[in-house]
Amino acid sequence: MADTALRLPPLGLRHGGSAAARVTPAAPATRLSLRAGPEALDALSAAFGLTLPTRPKGSALANGRHALWLGPDEWLLIDENEADLMAVAAGASALHSATDISHRNTAILVSGPAAAGAIASACPLDLGNAIFPVGAAARTVLGKIEIVLFRSGEEDYRVECWRSFAPYAFGLLSEGAEDAGL
Amino acid sequence: MSGANRIAGQGRLTPARTARFTFDGVSYEALAGDTVASALIANGVHLVGRSFKYHRPRGILSAGAEEPNALVDVARDAARRQPNVRATVQEVFDGMKVESQNRWPSLSFDIGGINDFFSPFFAAGFYYKTFMWPKAAWEKLYEPFIRRAAGLGVAPTEADPDHYASRYAYCDVLVVGAGVAGLSAALAAAEAGARVILCDEQPEAGGALHFDTSVTIDGKPGYDWAQATAARLAAMENVTVLSRTTAFGYYNHNFVGLAERVTDHLARPDRKLPRERLWQVRAKRVILATGSIERHMVFANNDRPGIMLASAARTYLNHFGVAVGRKVGVYTANDSAYEAAFDLKRAGVTVAAIVDSRDKPGEAVLAEARKLGIEVLTGHSVVNTKGHRRVSSMSVARNGGGAARWIAVDALLMSAGWTPSVHLFSQSRGKVAYDAASGRFLPGTYAQDCLSVGSCNGTDGLQATIEEALAAGELMARATGNEGGAKVELSGENAFEWSGGMAGAGEGAGVDTTVKAFVDFQHDVCAKDIRLAVREGMHSIEHIKRFTTTGMATDQGKLSNIHGLAIASEVLNREIPKIGLTTFRAPYTPVTFGTLISHSRGELFDPARKTPMHAWEEAHGAVFEDVGNWKRAWYYPRAGETMHDAVNRECRTVREAAGVFDASTLGKIEVVGPDAATFLNLMYTNAWDTLKPGRCRYGIMLREDGFVYDDGVVGRLAEDRFHVTTTTGGAPRVMHHMEDYLQTEFPHLKVWLTSTTEQWAVIAVQGPKAREIIAPLVEGIDLSNEAFPHMSVREGKICGVPTRLFRMSFTGEAGYEVNVPADYGQAVLEAIWARAEPLGACAYGTETMHVLRAEKGYIIVGQDTDGTVTPYDAGVGWAVSKKKTDFVGIRGLKRPDLVKEGRKQLVGLLTKDPTVVLEEGAQIVADPNQPKPMTMLGHVTSSYWSENCGRSIALALVAGGQARMGQTLYVPMPDRTIAVEVSDMVFIDKEGGRLNG
Repeated sequence: MADTALRLPPLGLRHGGSAAARVTPAAPATRLSLRAGPEALDALSAAFGLTLPTRPKGSALANGRHALWLGPDEWLLIDENEADLMAVAAGASALHSATDISHRNTAILVSGPAAAGAIASACPLDLGNAIFPVGAAARTVLGKIEIVLFRSGEEDYRVECWRSFAPYAFGLLSEGAEDAGL
Repeated sequence: MSGANRIAGQGRLTPARTARFTFDGVSYEALAGDTVASALIANGVHLVGRSFKYHRPRGILSAGAEEPNALVDVARDAARRQPNVRATVQEVFDGMKVESQNRWPSLSFDIGGINDFFSPFFAAGFYYKTFMWPKAAWEKLYEPFIRRAAGLGVAPTEADPDHYASRYAYCDVLVVGAGVAGLSAALAAAEAGARVILCDEQPEAGGALHFDTSVTIDGKPGYDWAQATAARLAAMENVTVLSRTTAFGYYNHNFVGLAERVTDHLARPDRKLPRERLWQVRAKRVILATGSIERHMVFANNDRPGIMLASAARTYLNHFGVAVGRKVGVYTANDSAYEAAFDLKRAGVTVAAIVDSRDKPGEAVLAEARKLGIEVLTGHSVVNTKGHRRVSSMSVARNGGGAARWIAVDALLMSAGWTPSVHLFSQSRGKVAYDAASGRFLPGTYAQDCLSVGSCNGTDGLQATIEEALAAGELMARATGNEGGAKVELSGENAFEWSGGMAGAGEGAGVDTTVKAFVDFQHDVCAKDIRLAVREGMHSIEHIKRFTTTGMATDQGKLSNIHGLAIASEVLNREIPKIGLTTFRAPYTPVTFGTLISHSRGELFDPARKTPMHAWEEAHGAVFEDVGNWKRAWYYPRAGETMHDAVNRECRTVREAAGVFDASTLGKIEVVGPDAATFLNLMYTNAWDTLKPGRCRYGIMLREDGFVYDDGVVGRLAEDRFHVTTTTGGAPRVMHHMEDYLQTEFPHLKVWLTSTTEQWAVIAVQGPKAREIIAPLVEGIDLSNEAFPHMSVREGKICGVPTRLFRMSFTGEAGYEVNVPADYGQAVLEAIWARAEPLGACAYGTETMHVLRAEKGYIIVGQDTDGTVTPYDAGVGWAVSKKKTDFVGIRGLKRPDLVKEGRKQLVGLLTKDPTVVLEEGAQIVADPNQPKPMTMLGHVTSSYWSENCGRSIALALVAGGQARMGQTLYVPMPDRTIAVEVSDMVFIDKEGGRLNG
């Protein structure tokens, strides 16, 4: 029997950005694309241990597990503790679709006083406090690619993208961070 | 000494802060804050360029962004060089090299100046007449000539070493222009609590306060008030003040493009700084405070160096401390020019005379002129000038005829009044309206949430401007939900109210066809050219513009449009609004490509998508090819191997032993829900409800019209879960196609789609030794043929990580496609390779994959099909369910054209000479000796040397192909005709026994 295969995340150990906006790859996490109608919300919320958000840009957090609203019947679940989300979903009897996308996505963290400026170099969303407060999440674009942007703190953002686009996103955010930090 | 024409005690620059620069190789001293124009005038240089068409000596006409003449080449070093920079905008930095343009061998002696003498041959529209015939002369003579003549300046040849930044920004109120109006509006909006962005193209706020020293606001000199107000705004948390920032484009939904020039004025910019920064601003409300631009007077030889706008002369004196001459004349139809004369006179400059085309100028300015002892000639015009490289005298005559007298001057200031800058308003799709009383086009009907304030709105008078702007700022802040703040009040005073203004040709513009009274300086268009255009039948301004090219230079006619219109109006004897105003287009002033491109260059130009195994492939010598944005391993040459050698070896090895291939880029879609099979039944031609969990099927997807759209293997993992694969290039569009149908046609189905293309790394292991290679690595899956036959899928583990293992083949060999979560891809590939290599297997790339599948007649959608091919045409009609009553394309397939005899069908072709490899795309005919044009039967879609067959093989779309088996057809090529035999599409293992290992 061979040794267990090692995990090789797409961005490795690189880091970038500036003192005012640090750009770093996020640690591995488990992720789920969760799809369900409104009738399944309660059962699914109970299963995942959080209240699935139902408003645009909404998110919920419980014990390192995030649920980001992406559409009327669509959520991105991220578990930073790498819990087996597919197994949790399997335990919910309400009608839904759960698909494992832990490796499809990777995340880049942008942190610091100029973090919003770094992202705004290539993302056309309004990141003002009133419009995109802490906890806000949105599927949007960064340059030429699609991302999910999540504001996890006053000066902390998580940029989720597909793994093959990660070097591009990382490069864009690093350039943006350098300019925003000037 | 920073120039002999610098007047001590005048201007706002600091004499101690100097910078050196060169102009045409001569070194000059400037002061920090000088523009190239102010520094050159300070040093007595007025001749700065040659005009576009006639190569006439040209000087500096303005002191701002509207400059049509003083376009120079500015260089920091060899790579950082830019042509066509406006000398009136570019700030001097130490070490800057400035060169004049459009002259040879030198600026003062220019061979091209001969064009001026031949100018009768270069009348307006001469391009259209002269270059008509002979037709053959176009390519060799006319086009190269026109191309060389088109445009000033020479583009740099080196790559641009600078970098550029970009920023998206939002605000409640965007204020464009930081003159009196813009500052007032911004202040009112900001004090009310609005998120405000204030931008201005100049280095400092102030706008017209740069030159208008007679203004005080709240008791302060106007310019000082402007600096204090800009500083106050910049210090507010809700305000962003951007200087050196041009709002160049006004797009839909209050989306405004700003170009911020960050380093072009710095001698030694920090390398981290971008050269320019593009701001893409979405504003809830926009306030346009773009001011107005002074017009020149149109008279004979009004383009000599030293002839300039009166406000420009005032700017050079009051801001830069530079006298534009020692003995100046003034020619005006407007009161504002008088103030230029007053300021110069008080600074010690001789004012030869103020020539006013009006009989009755404003009384206040007339009285002041008298008090200062300046001669005023009312009802007079300047009818001509002299002076080759600089104006030396002006000829003045009473209006309506009479003797002219020459007056010596070394500078001539002119003003025909002020044109409101409605460019951005017009770009916003707002409709301008002509105000006959003031002879101005003003903002009329608004199309977007914006307001114009101040002189761009036709508001005259300082206090009226302030009050209008304050009200607009407050209104826009309230409209965007800001209720706070105290009411802002400001009071302004100025010395003189201005009146007057004229448009069109003056007395000195002549009525004949030889006088050069310039309307458009940058494109060398004279009053006579406009008249000629009208005589030749151009009656709309759109036609006149294109015939004469007036207003079509990079200055977009900021000075000339109104004059051109007025002249056409006079000749046509129709009112100005009946002739129309051309639409203003973005950009307001030229924007560099670097700024527009910003980050999108080099590695960030486009995402280069790499698979999880890319590093391994690179280390094993793969050559990559681009497939969409993906980098795919193409082939793996060993030392000394050509591509042909490598592909032959790879093809042979896969069939003899095994091969390992990266199939990760194939599109994957997870289809989940109780109605998943029903949905797939509708999306594919095949039947899916009969597919058992654990089995796979090759599926064909059609468009509504019945033609093949995509194909791929679909595995059923559970009753309610399918793993769908698509072509690499088709992944995004198939996902959209399915989602589109799901949401619009079949919303009642309980099924959801998720793209999983990048969730899985896919390693294809193909060949007789495939099972032997992977068997020891796999846990929990019985790999025997009985338990795991061809076209099956199982979930288990490989190398200790989860896998979806497919038993399938795109090579015709027994094989597997190992799907593992992407981050494990490389490690699993390494483990597989560690077993595969000793067993004689190879790594193979996309080229070998293409050959192997062609040997088996497996089609590639998009290569063997082209959007006009049905499943029957492609020889995969067996994949169309006969029992289903509905699927996308079912009706299309029944159209008469799609079922008729003789359609092009996919067949195999074998060349009579087995060593000849056909060209893909080559046409096929039945009789090579028929007369041209020949009847084409079809074309070659795939063609390869097959090492395994020991001969060439090809697939082709041929009319009635399936009925032509065994026929000889011909492929005519430029140098020979190739005979081919029509065959079936399977060239190897026709029974398919190898699939079962």
